[in-house]
Amino acid sequence: MSASPSNVVVANGITRQFGEGDTSVHALRGIDVCIPSGELTAVMGPSGSGKSTLMHILAGLDKPTAGSVHIAGTEITALGDTELTKLRRRHIGFIFQFFNLLPMLTARENVLLPLTIAGAKPGPGWFDELIGRVGLTDRLTHRPAELSGGQQQRVAIARALVSRPSVVFADEPTGNLDSTTSGEILALMRSSVEEYGQTTVMVTHDANAAAMADRVLFLADGQIVQELPRSSPRDILLAIEKLGIR
Amino acid sequence: MIRFAIRALIQRKLRTVLTALSIVLGVAMVSGTYVLTDSIGTAFDSIFGQTYKNTDAAITGKSAISNNQSDTTTPATFNQNLLAQVQALPEVGAAIGSVSAEAQLIGSNGKAIVFGGAPNLGFSVDPDHPDFDSLNLVDGSWPVAREVVIDRATADKKGLEVGQMIGVQARGPVQRLRISGLVTFGAVSTIGGATLAGFRLSTAQDLFDKQGKLDQIRIAAKSGISQSQLISAVQKVLPAGTQVRTGQEQAVEDASGTSSFISFLQTFLLVFGGVALFVGSFVIANSLSITIAQRTREFATLRTLGATRRQVLGSVILEALVMGVLASVAGLLLGLALAKGLFRLFDAVGFTLPNSGLIFKPRTIVVALLVGILVTVVASLRPARRATRVPPIAAVREGVVLPPGRLARFRAGGAVLLAAAGFSSLLFGLFNHGLGTSSVLILMLVGALAVFVGVALFASRLVRPMASAANPLARWSVVLFSVLVWPLFSLPFWLLRRGAWGPGSRGSRVGGFILGAALNPVLLIMVLIMVSRRAATGWRPEWPAEFPSVAPDRSATDIGGENSRRDPQRTASTAAALMIGLALVTLVATLAAAIIKPFEDAVDQIFTADYAITAQNNFSPIPPSVAAAAASTVGLESIASVRGGDGKAFGKTIQVTAVDPQAAEVLTLRWQDGAQAVLGQLDSDGAIVAKSYAKSHRLVRGSPISVLTPSGSTIQLKIAGIFDPPSGGSPFGQVTISSATFDRNYAAPQNLFTFAKLRGGVNDANTQSLEASLKAFPNAKVATRAQFKSNQISGIKSVLNILYVLLALSVVVSLFGIVNTLVLTVFERTRELGMMRAIGMTRRQTRRMIRHESVIIALIGAALGIALGLILAGLLIARVDFMSFALPTSQLITFAVVAVLVGIFAAIFPARRAARLNPLEALQYE
Repeated sequence: MSASPSNVVVANGITRQFGEGDTSVHALRGIDVCIPSGELTAVMGPSGSGKSTLMHILAGLDKPTAGSVHIAGTEITALGDTELTKLRRRHIGFIFQFFNLLPMLTARENVLLPLTIAGAKPGPGWFDELIGRVGLTDRLTHRPAELSGGQQQRVAIARALVSRPSVVFADEPTGNLDSTTSGEILALMRSSVEEYGQTTVMVTHDANAAAMADRVLFLADGQIVQELPRSSPRDILLAIEKLGIR
Repeated sequence: MIRFAIRALIQRKLRTVLTALSIVLGVAMVSGTYVLTDSIGTAFDSIFGQTYKNTDAAITGKSAISNNQSDTTTPATFNQNLLAQVQALPEVGAAIGSVSAEAQLIGSNGKAIVFGGAPNLGFSVDPDHPDFDSLNLVDGSWPVAREVVIDRATADKKGLEVGQMIGVQARGPVQRLRISGLVTFGAVSTIGGATLAGFRLSTAQDLFDKQGKLDQIRIAAKSGISQSQLISAVQKVLPAGTQVRTGQEQAVEDASGTSSFISFLQTFLLVFGGVALFVGSFVIANSLSITIAQRTREFATLRTLGATRRQVLGSVILEALVMGVLASVAGLLLGLALAKGLFRLFDAVGFTLPNSGLIFKPRTIVVALLVGILVTVVASLRPARRATRVPPIAAVREGVVLPPGRLARFRAGGAVLLAAAGFSSLLFGLFNHGLGTSSVLILMLVGALAVFVGVALFASRLVRPMASAANPLARWSVVLFSVLVWPLFSLPFWLLRRGAWGPGSRGSRVGGFILGAALNPVLLIMVLIMVSRRAATGWRPEWPAEFPSVAPDRSATDIGGENSRRDPQRTASTAAALMIGLALVTLVATLAAAIIKPFEDAVDQIFTADYAITAQNNFSPIPPSVAAAAASTVGLESIASVRGGDGKAFGKTIQVTAVDPQAAEVLTLRWQDGAQAVLGQLDSDGAIVAKSYAKSHRLVRGSPISVLTPSGSTIQLKIAGIFDPPSGGSPFGQVTISSATFDRNYAAPQNLFTFAKLRGGVNDANTQSLEASLKAFPNAKVATRAQFKSNQISGIKSVLNILYVLLALSVVVSLFGIVNTLVLTVFERTRELGMMRAIGMTRRQTRRMIRHESVIIALIGAALGIALGLILAGLLIARVDFMSFALPTSQLITFAVVAVLVGIFAAIFPARRAARLNPLEALQYE
């Protein structure tokens, strides 16, 4: 596998070990993965399978014990903190399970935060278009505490997209939402992939969420054990059952 | 980013206000000090300026000793013939001569009229030349012979009117004079509570024992003559021992004593503002680190969104900066109010400060803001650096441990080194004799700061053992306190609430309510407010409230104790703030004890008379006529006075004292060379000196020594004896001569003390007859040896009390620090508290748990502070000769009790918050 332009994220031979000696845990045992541009990739697996660790490493939040990760052609495992931060500004967006909005800022300020931090402004029309897209036009002056869970996650999605990053990482984006709201959020993420060609990596253990993805990776015991193309929730559940990992 | 900083502060209003309060108080002290001292200074300047408003030149006596340091010597007078000579000069338009001195007004009850420690000014007035006078006659007329004008403020306060007779005492016995009029001094109604008494020149000269003499001549130039022409003309006729200055120069000269007092007051008060700010910086640093620990996820999210470490650092410092600005502005305004309050306070205790409006100089604003902001920002640096270590992954993972900073492993060692360096600096400053005063002070200041910071940093290592040791002490002291407040607060409060809306039969409720109201009527008001609030709103106070009990609650206090050990660094920083205040209080108390003990020993050794006669205020000099009156007492065996004045020997200004021949019988000295009898045989050329003075000037018995007096004469003396004073000092100055020699060379000699021995020693009859012979001198006071000791110490005690009040400010700041830590801790542990309430912890147990933690923190602070204070005091005492170490046990116990109370009070608000948490909501709190 190579760092071709069509693959936004390329990881080779990733291992991650927590602790040392007898108490050490091998969270990842040699993972090779490519995230192709313009696709929604879902990562599934049971608790402790290493799916979150994988996402943290791909996103540069954590460093692998061995192996390399390229994002947009840059090898990130050796980068210093400042270079990594700069790379994050340009290339990475995040969506969190618990939204992680800043409580003192309004929805508008939260959405614009990545640009504010980088000292940039949104392109003309882009902010309005994005806000219309996520359906927050009349909620812009509200604080997170005044928004429902679904609305907060919409703010978070807009925040992840506002800087048009090369890749968005979503960590259980529906893990803290009811099923109706989950559906809306997933549809929104799907549409960002289709309309803006937004490359997205989503960690989930919800089969309905994974069914929105163009590709589903299954992890167990720190290894990729199966890969499915776009599938129905039924097929995904069947695959999980077959793997005996649920 | 500044918007985020402000928003972040608004988001946490309570936390921000609590944190900022510690800076507000310190800044208020600084700005209040400046406003107060500037206002006093301006008022005094206007007073002194007004005195010489129409004076072009002023002639005064010139002391042969350039700087008159003590007020025991009156400036040299000159012959009044000079006035006629000056008036005859063609350049002179008008000239008046005047005298002035202390003049005590005596009320109709025979008691001296005094307001606080304010002076009693007496002077001559010249109604023929009102231009020279800054006095305004507001009632009656100017005085003729045997008349006096007094200031209206005194007249108003004492109900005196024109035409009444009033007693006036100056050099001689009391004179009865008629009040001819009332005056005010320019625009101000009073000068620091001083009483004013104005006389005709001849009356004043008689009263002040200055017949034929003048203290000052004020001159107005003829029109068309410049000041410099006038001065040079006057200079031609000036005899030796006089000098001429312009009116303005003279005003500055007169004000110099006041100015140096004001600048001392300013420095003195600023020191305490500085202490409060130093303590405040600990509170700020601690509060910010806790807040930052709680905002880990927020910072991590910012990092994932592309914020660099520098941006995180910047945002925290910016928050501190905004907070520092807000707190400093608030403190600045509070300082204005504080200055106003201090003026009122001084007024209330009778020491009215001259006040011609509050002066708010730009310097006050600049310094107060700068200091407040700087302290806040510097205090935020460490917490801000901590915030930069939050890794981005903390945004998605719970319980991420911050990587230790690069310097973390040097922390304990560094703290010890810092404290050691501080101690070395202190020791070097104290015991290296070759240093100047300012470098000693700087070394000591830097040393003390380093010691405090070092101990505070190291304290986290001491928290666990100290908290364990404090555990039982905290528990039982709280129980003891609860037992004490139970009948006054806990029980009546419960009874009143039960009576008002509680359960139970009507009869027992009404009975309980009445009993509660009888026990504490103040609570009745509180409960009535609660009743009306309950009736008016949907508010429903908790009921059935637990019956108040004082039994110690092991389980609650055990958890509280554990909590205090859980984050040693946090507990240590919180305790450190209190430590500083208590260390300083202990230091002051120990130093006072170290001064008092040797002083008492010295009095016991030297004072072998039966009685001492001093001024009513214990320190003012008294005229020799008092001793002369006392000498006529029936049964008097011996009497001797100690006079005092400035002199110059070996090129340095010294204090010269003089004794009467009978001193040998009333004062006992230990002699290195000579004998007790020497005191009575000083004659015209004998002098005695202390051992240390003899040593430093290589004097032995028979050595010649010459002393220059303020009048310009030189006394040739021979050392007749060398005495060894006790460590507590002696009533003598560097050189002591005979009274006869002293009186020949000093104008208007004054006594510092008079000692008398009566047949039969101290008894009521002797006391009464001595007092009877002093009847004409209401300003004189008779004291036995024990009374004399306590009178002399009362000065130290009142200084001590002032210091306690000022240091209380820093203790209050540290109290806020404890409140703040606990409130933040309650926020942080919301979920945990909810869980404990859910599994059956009562509200009271919750409160006790928090209170216990608070008292433990306070006890740790007290233990560290008292220990540190004793060590610092020990160092100082070892350096200073006239002090010897004595443990102020009762004060130390008081301080420990105060610390426990600080702990209890600090916990009230946080404990209520914790107890009010709804378990269900608390469990869902993030």
